[in-house]
Amino acid sequence: MKTITIHRVLSILVVLATVVLWQGCKPKAPGSVTTGDAASQAYVAPGKYDEFYNVVSGGFNGQMSIYGLPSGRLFRIIPVFSQFPENGWGYSEETKPMLNTSHGFVPWDDLHHISLSVTKGEHDGRWAFGNANNTPRVARVDMKTFKTVEILELPNSGGNHSSPFITENSEYIVAGTRFSVPVGDNTDVPISSFKENFKGYISFISIDPADGGMKIAFQLKTPGVSFDLARAGKGPSHGWFFFSTYNTEQAYTLLEVNASQKDKDFIMAVNWKKAEEYIKAGKGTTSKAKYAHNVWDESTHTGVSTIMDEVLQLDPAELKDIIYFIPCPKSPHGCDTDPTGQYIVGSGKLAALIPVFSFAKIQAAIANKDFEGEFAGIPVIKYEAALHGEVKKPGLGPLHTEFDNNGNAYTSFFVSSEIVKWNVKTLEILDRVPTYYSIGHLSVPGGPTSKPHGKYVVAYNKITKDRYLPTGPELTQSAQLYDISGDKMKLILDFPTTGEPHYAESIPASLVMPNSTKIYKIEDNKHPYASLGEGMTKVERKGKEVHVYMTAIRSHLTPDNIEGVKLGDEVFFHVTNLEQDWDVPHGFAVKGANNAEILIMPGETSTLKWKPLSTGVFPFYCTDFCSALHQEMQGYIRVSPAGSNVPIKFSTGKIEDQAGGAGQ
Amino acid sequence: MKKLVWFSATIFLFLACSPGKPKEESTEKKDENPVAAVTDPAKGIGQIKNVSLHTPLEFDRVSRGKAVYEMKCSACHKLTDQRFVGPGWLGVTKTRKPEWIMNMVLNVEVMLDQDPEAQKLLELCLTRMPNQNVSIGDARDILEFMRQNDGEK
Repeated sequence: MKTITIHRVLSILVVLATVVLWQGCKPKAPGSVTTGDAASQAYVAPGKYDEFYNVVSGGFNGQMSIYGLPSGRLFRIIPVFSQFPENGWGYSEETKPMLNTSHGFVPWDDLHHISLSVTKGEHDGRWAFGNANNTPRVARVDMKTFKTVEILELPNSGGNHSSPFITENSEYIVAGTRFSVPVGDNTDVPISSFKENFKGYISFISIDPADGGMKIAFQLKTPGVSFDLARAGKGPSHGWFFFSTYNTEQAYTLLEVNASQKDKDFIMAVNWKKAEEYIKAGKGTTSKAKYAHNVWDESTHTGVSTIMDEVLQLDPAELKDIIYFIPCPKSPHGCDTDPTGQYIVGSGKLAALIPVFSFAKIQAAIANKDFEGEFAGIPVIKYEAALHGEVKKPGLGPLHTEFDNNGNAYTSFFVSSEIVKWNVKTLEILDRVPTYYSIGHLSVPGGPTSKPHGKYVVAYNKITKDRYLPTGPELTQSAQLYDISGDKMKLILDFPTTGEPHYAESIPASLVMPNSTKIYKIEDNKHPYASLGEGMTKVERKGKEVHVYMTAIRSHLTPDNIEGVKLGDEVFFHVTNLEQDWDVPHGFAVKGANNAEILIMPGETSTLKWKPLSTGVFPFYCTDFCSALHQEMQGYIRVSPAGSNVPIKFSTGKIEDQAGGAGQ
Repeated sequence: MKKLVWFSATIFLFLACSPGKPKEESTEKKDENPVAAVTDPAKGIGQIKNVSLHTPLEFDRVSRGKAVYEMKCSACHKLTDQRFVGPGWLGVTKTRKPEWIMNMVLNVEVMLDQDPEAQKLLELCLTRMPNQNVSIGDARDILEFMRQNDGEK
């Protein structure tokens, strides 16, 4: 009897404790965290513009999307690493080379992180970079045209996660591999030989200051670990780069358990100015490596893919003083330098504290050789020697930190589902707000730069659950906007996002909007198949290829009657949009096409390949509503049997007499 | 016929209700346009106030104007008096002032919204002439080409 009572009491206590704990961790109900004027703060009236462009990674959709802040309105999805049938990216003849790799044509990837170009540590509004996590690449988007203009593949990488973070004057973006892999001539090895044969590589990609052109300047051969995120130094720490690592256990199976054994992994500090010195002194070695470099030419409106065959490498185990390891608790994810460049914030995914390292102390520790040992031939600095201090009991599972312009940091906590605001110098916690639910990255406008614009923080949440009307098992993604202009953070907007955003950046509209391209000048169109005027249209046969030089202008396609195509031919529709006014794209689609449509911007030429599989007359039409007579913007192409002697013939507006008068 | 009436009414409503594009608002210079209109409505609305024509024709302009016509205009305007998408060009320099022609090329959005003659043409053709981003020099060259097309030497 007594034991039963005790049992009962114990059970009740356990239940009570669980409820208390559960309620302690559970974010407060949404109603209690928004305030009355929240809606007006995020409201942008009809016809008014947002204050910021929000450039957001698309995650598993492989694209970049453009939102406005504070409204959270989606303006555009820019196709980058994935085919986009909506405008023909990766389907048109001109864009297919952009998705070429050393593995051939790759139609999909996973875009995780954004970097906006900077000058003197501040946003300059020129380019946005994105990384491909699966087939390792980086892409450059031109912020004038919002178009992907360059994609560079990364050899010796297993998956480009620690990328495309950028240096203070856009000298370099980096690309660190998430998966160490065997490289070179010795790649057919047992997986269990990880420690012996697997290597991590970090690429430093130089950016041409004039045109943004990317080139692998050098690669650092690093021990076989996983690189997660990175940030460049700035101000006093300019010339250094900091990478978070995990799996320093060098596990090759069940990483969930086996890569979480050690109390601390590392932040890897890279002195890239030192690496430049070694290269100048001829210490680099050139290695064979096959990778694609794809560049968009705006005058021909065409991408060109070049397969490269070598890369310059440095081995920091032999060339001293390039890299150092700093112990950092529990599989760090974020590795973020503050606006002053004096502090580096590590965020261990499984940690319950945030270590903040001091750049000055790191330098002193290196000078005094204050090392606790070596890892794979690289010195490991003593944790305490590099530490500025720890933020105590901030929450559970810190992931990523950004900064405002008042010396404060904002850290996302996945496990405890909240944003915590703290002071970088004093390490004091100032405020915390719940997120719905389980935040991943966060983003403050200008947050990674030397001069944050502040004002807002956006939470990119990993779990959506009950935040929106349900749409079956698959839900939209949940982003949340908080006002950070006061002492307390205030939730002012929920907005759904497309794909699965990881990281994002925001930039004042005033740095981007005035430069936005409205049209491509038809006079500057150097596409080899362009028709610069309706008089230049024609249809030409070259063996089994039929090339249609076509124009589009409101509201007709020329030619719109085409005959003489035979079964077995491949037809190339080269469509030039003759419009020279803003916001008048034309589209082109033909029945039975096995690829997609194409959207052609004013002054541009784009090509859709079509291989008819049966004889008959096939309609084609403009797919983008362009005028009152858009519905009339259509035509026919006739396909005859293989041996037919129907001649090539094309016209527009020509009414022919038919035998028996049937055509009249 | 009933259908046609409906269609015209729909088009009229569409045009009457269609929102002004931001670009039109920005290019419209309120201080000078009404003045131009008051001084000589036959010159149209826009920055072109006076054009001096020369005889004989300036032939370098004619050949440049022809090239611009072929690239940017020929899809809708024929060189005969036949209407295609837009009106045929034959005779245009006899019926319109040179300033009106150049303003129509350079300031088409405002002309279609405010100039009575341009609006009559829109009612006839029912397709808004697009802005083809023609420079002033190119518009002047087009005018010279039109004069040649009308038989001037």
